Amino acid sequence: MTPLAVSTPYSAPVHLMDVLQVVVLVLVAAGATAVVLTRRPVRQVIVLSGYGLMLAILFMVFQAPDVTLSELTVGAVALPILLLLALAKVRRKEE
Amino acid sequence: MNPAARRWVFLIAGAGLVAFYLWGLTGLPGFGNYPGPYGFIINQVAVGQTKATAVVSAINFEYRGFDTVGEEFILFVAAAGVSVVLRHLRGERERSALDEAKDRDAPPTSEAVRTLALVLIGPVVILGWYLASHAQTSPSGGFQGGVVLATAFVLIYLSGQFLVFKRVSPVAITEAVEAAGAAGFACVGLSAVLMGLPYLTNDLGLGTTPGAIDSSGTIALISFFVGLEVAAAFVLIVGELLEQTLLIRQEGR
Repeated sequence: MTPLAVSTPYSAPVHLMDVLQVVVLVLVAAGATAVVLTRRPVRQVIVLSGYGLMLAILFMVFQAPDVTLSELTVGAVALPILLLLALAKVRRKEE
Repeated sequence: MNPAARRWVFLIAGAGLVAFYLWGLTGLPGFGNYPGPYGFIINQVAVGQTKATAVVSAINFEYRGFDTVGEEFILFVAAAGVSVVLRHLRGERERSALDEAKDRDAPPTSEAVRTLALVLIGPVVILGWYLASHAQTSPSGGFQGGVVLATAFVLIYLSGQFLVFKRVSPVAITEAVEAAGAAGFACVGLSAVLMGLPYLTNDLGLGTTPGAIDSSGTIALISFFVGLEVAAAFVLIVGELLEQTLLIRQEGR
């Protein structure tokens, strides 16, 4: 029985990580498109937060745990909060 | 300009963009193919030179430490700018935004959100504190740790406790912590100058075991100060913006 390709990263032609990388790249592209296509601002912020989470997974898969942490906290939490607060302020003024 | 002419302008500009984009793509190195020498050199020498097993931290706070000072002060100035722009002006009266629409109450925070937020606060504080204060091991980093710590304060707000949020992060203390963090970083650099060494020289003992708690010298110390600065800056910005949405200011008469 041959060992799993994961344990020997530079030998086997198709690795588990390669498949994972392609899947995550496609997900990120789809997520970015979803952010642009969402028209209502509040929903767009929520989708943007999910997109930040996907980017964090992308960095994790590409073996950058430090960048993952930054992206997770800034892209998925801090940025959506700032945008939601701004939207709440604007909406209050309109009413 | 009529629609037909407008379409022609778009088509010509779009074609130019596509052409330049494709031309640019042809010059890119292959996927995962790193051409430069610096990454390989750093990978070879970083752990031996700095005794930090987190090479990212070693690069951020040692090899390009001076650049990080600049980045640090970008966030510092941004937070200061937010509090200056949103400051309480003389002659302005504040009142709760809830008074504006007395006929409808704000929807209460759901039990699920409150519970989850309360459960998460403790672990998030520990994670953020660990990340900020253990720069010598990976994963870590002052910036990441600082933002995670700030998230804990946002969780306090999410659990429906705006008043507690304000009580645990009074503006005066938050500003003081932010300033102390920024100044701490700058002073660690200056301490080397006082001893006649170049700015930001790693002048503390590096320890012997890479990644041990006493290893990496100023890297861990700088990371800790960056964590303080970043956490305070984010809490300050979020707090100011929260006040903007929850309070209404108007000219006092």
